[in-house]
Amino acid sequence: MEFCPSVKNILLLDSEGNRVAVKYYSDDWPTNSSKEAFEKAVFTKTQKTNARAEAEITMFDNNIVIYKFAQDLHFFVTGGDDENELIISTVLQGFFDAVGLLLRDNVDKKEALENLDLILLCLDEIVDGGIILETDANVIAGKVATHSMDSGAPLSEQTISQALATAREHLTRSLLR
Amino acid sequence: EYSPFSGIEKGAVLQEARVFNDPQLDSRRCSQVITKLLYLLNQGDSFTKTEATEVFFSVTKLFQARDIGLRRMVYLIIKELSPSADEVIIVTSSLMKDMNSKTDVYRANAIRVLCRITDGTLLTQIERYLKQAIVDKNPVVASAALVSGIHLLQTNPEIVKRWSNEVQEAVQSRAALVQFHALALLQQIRQNDRLAVSKLVTSLTKGSVRSPLAQCLLIRYTSQVIRESSMNGQGDRPFYDYLEGCLRHKSEMVIFEAARAITELSGVTSRELTPAITVLQLFLSSSKPVLRFAAVRTLNKVAMTHPMAVTTCNIDMESLISDQNRSIATLAITTLLKTGNESGVDRLMKQITNFMSDIADEFKIVVVDAIRSLCLKFPLKFRTLMGFLSNILREEGGFEYKKAIVDSIVTIIREIPDAKESGLLHLCEFIEDCEFTYLSTQILHFLGIEGPKTSDPSKYIRYIYNRVILENATVRASAVSTLAKFGAMVDSLKPRIFVLLRRCLYDNDDEVRDRATLYLNTIGGDGSVVETDKDVKEFLFGSLDLPLANLETSLKNYEPSEEPFDIRSVSREVKSQPFAEKKAAAKKPTGLGAPPAGPASAVDTYDKLLLSIPEFSTFGQLFKSSAPVELTEAETEYAVNVVKHIFDKHVVFQYNCTNTIPEQLLEDVTIVVDASEAEEFEEVATKPLKSLPYDTPGQTYVAFEKPEGVPAVGKFTNVLRFIVKEVDPSTGEAEEDGVEDEYQLEEFEVVPADYMLKVGVSNFRNAWESLGPDFERVDEYGLGPRESLKEAVSTVIDLLGMQPCEGTEVVAANSRSHTCLLSGVYIGNVKVLVRLSFGVDSAKEVAMKLAVRSEDEAVSDAIHELVAN
Repeated sequence: MEFCPSVKNILLLDSEGNRVAVKYYSDDWPTNSSKEAFEKAVFTKTQKTNARAEAEITMFDNNIVIYKFAQDLHFFVTGGDDENELIISTVLQGFFDAVGLLLRDNVDKKEALENLDLILLCLDEIVDGGIILETDANVIAGKVATHSMDSGAPLSEQTISQALATAREHLTRSLLR
Repeated sequence: EYSPFSGIEKGAVLQEARVFNDPQLDSRRCSQVITKLLYLLNQGDSFTKTEATEVFFSVTKLFQARDIGLRRMVYLIIKELSPSADEVIIVTSSLMKDMNSKTDVYRANAIRVLCRITDGTLLTQIERYLKQAIVDKNPVVASAALVSGIHLLQTNPEIVKRWSNEVQEAVQSRAALVQFHALALLQQIRQNDRLAVSKLVTSLTKGSVRSPLAQCLLIRYTSQVIRESSMNGQGDRPFYDYLEGCLRHKSEMVIFEAARAITELSGVTSRELTPAITVLQLFLSSSKPVLRFAAVRTLNKVAMTHPMAVTTCNIDMESLISDQNRSIATLAITTLLKTGNESGVDRLMKQITNFMSDIADEFKIVVVDAIRSLCLKFPLKFRTLMGFLSNILREEGGFEYKKAIVDSIVTIIREIPDAKESGLLHLCEFIEDCEFTYLSTQILHFLGIEGPKTSDPSKYIRYIYNRVILENATVRASAVSTLAKFGAMVDSLKPRIFVLLRRCLYDNDDEVRDRATLYLNTIGGDGSVVETDKDVKEFLFGSLDLPLANLETSLKNYEPSEEPFDIRSVSREVKSQPFAEKKAAAKKPTGLGAPPAGPASAVDTYDKLLLSIPEFSTFGQLFKSSAPVELTEAETEYAVNVVKHIFDKHVVFQYNCTNTIPEQLLEDVTIVVDASEAEEFEEVATKPLKSLPYDTPGQTYVAFEKPEGVPAVGKFTNVLRFIVKEVDPSTGEAEEDGVEDEYQLEEFEVVPADYMLKVGVSNFRNAWESLGPDFERVDEYGLGPRESLKEAVSTVIDLLGMQPCEGTEVVAANSRSHTCLLSGVYIGNVKVLVRLSFGVDSAKEVAMKLAVRSEDEAVSDAIHELVAN
């Protein structure tokens, strides 16, 4: 594992430092309280910086944390202090852009929570157990958004209510756009 | 504020999860419930074992649904629930079906889920599918299998190693990320096979590696190969061209990785560094903070070893002092502090003064550390730098920051005698208004040591006595001790100190009164000018040679009775691991100009450790402890290394053993040593290790007797013998009965260099002259064809085990001759100096002239014998 570029965690927090979605891949934070303490510390340390146009970076407890903000969402990716900063930054950018695509550019906390399933799937497609799976935002979003029926499934398995719900969702989404 | 999860409650969601059991599944609803469950887990909620099992079982029902979105959520929650082995069996068949499905999304995810939750037994069943998946034409599937392989290699290496043909094929994949994952796995499979890794690097550096990530990985492997082959380096470094070529890659990630790799090459030359520094310099003015940070951080590291190479970037660095990102600014400052020359110090300090007011404490600490190093580098500038430190000491700041400043001032006082008086006064002023008890007491203690040795000790008394009047009890007590030290060391001050100490007898704190009474009664004389007894000084101010933790335990166990507490009853055995101590010793900043401090303290630690073992306590003074010699390959079941301790009449082998198998507990661990190839040695004692639990290093010792003062050599073969007991990993309890077992270790030798202490001399020429030519022995030797002059020089240095002086161990590239000066102390405390002259001809034949001077004729001859053999 020592050579392979690795990610220690990915955090998506709101503008008060609360969790929207987080994923840890390292044993550095074994308990929930240690995780929360890390999030709080990172959030406090970075909240006053302006990380909107370009991703920003800081060192923290022998880790490098790269972060970027959009509206009331704060994106963080953490790596070990001997990791290549630009690799971590690429992961952050992939995550950031993929979320943008999945939320159709309405990148804010409300939208993120309403589509939490997409966010969680997105995290799942970017890193697996610390190893980078994919960093291209289009590919990530593409993999997450394959929300269709399995080709083998007969149409009859869709209940009427399900079909209606899907239709309603499509309608609202097109209106909102 | 609206949230779809507001008011969410675990109990209610678990109720909702019953929809998973509905005969007519509503996929949307089920997805939503899973999302809620995941939300709870993500927020840090946890399910009890029963709750998790219940959710898990109902989730397995959802494999009936054919909705891809729902299936993806099912995969996610199964991973999050991390089911137990018997639960895994329930989903295995469903997941295996998905692994062979026509839908690629299913296949990729099912592989990842199954590999995450599986154990070894199941793995053999699915191995066939995984091997196929690795070479699958769908890149997502292939990557999923490869990444899973990387994880599984940690737990089931023997199985994953069988996949190397498929992985090898995947390295050739056209899909960028598949290649990256395959490369990562392949290297890990072969990491212990240097030749294979080297071959891999050779073939790939020529070909085209597609993704930037894979390219970064390849650069890392290349650096490793360079590291391992650098021993025979002469002429051009292998693969350097490849690294340099990567500096022109189109991806910044790769450029940076290559630049960093070049700067970290061991013994990198300035010619090799230049192209890397050039690209890093370009990054310094990038608009992206991450790029600037990466570059400045790397340059900062380079500046520690090659400050001159970084000076070209100084202008860019100076502009970074005002960078928005304070981490970047701090790194720029500290780099400048390292690269700056003596004349630039004043200007730089002005810039820093403005900068210090608007950064956080943690950055300030970094700057303070850098200033301390700078001061040690340019001792003449101590006035400016000490002034700066005392200024910032007066400003606002937290404990850690103040402590860093105080530590720096203390170091400077120790290293630069001229700085002592002004430094002590700065510290005195600081304690006049210091809110940190710890710092006050530390400074008072330091004042007590250094103050009496100054030209006018009396001027510190006022500051110290003020503490007795103004501070809390802890500080008052240390002030009393400090006063007493002045009284004991400076006889002329004694009457006045006594007056002050008598006033402390009325303090309202017990400790303060006790100390005052003790000092008044022991320092002697009733306030008249008499010299204090040496024994009393030793008793009062000498160091306590007991481990504090042991003393604490003994004191806690002591029950008040007629019998007074006896300090001799305290055990001297150091309980903590010597490894930890060694680490701590290595971390200590060693001041410039004091290189032998490191090894000496290591010997000290060992010395105490060995003396505390009754069997070895009669061996006398420890002469030398070798560096640990590994007796096992990396990543074997048991890791053992040996440290050779040399005494006058004995040698003690300290075997440091680590058990790397969680399911085992080893007991009665001994080393059976076969010394048939070491004739002069006779085994006298062994100290077995009672138990060796998983991952906790332990020591066992074997002692040999040898002829007194003779540098006996020999070869030792070792077998690790022990009783092994199975441990239940879930409870951590060991079984009653164990099995006796053995483990073959590698052999090692006691070599002549073990009898030589590396002790440097500050001026070789003077030392050489003062030893005189009486016992000088000169002879010439032909060393035969060698790889390079450098290699020949380092071989001879290692053979003799002596300390190279005045930097003469460094051989200039392409030079045809070299002179090397060595110094050391041979067993029996005989000082030895060696002057080596090397010459090399065009056929790489190396000739050497060896001149030895020592305090003993026999030793001079012995050195020659060493080389002659």
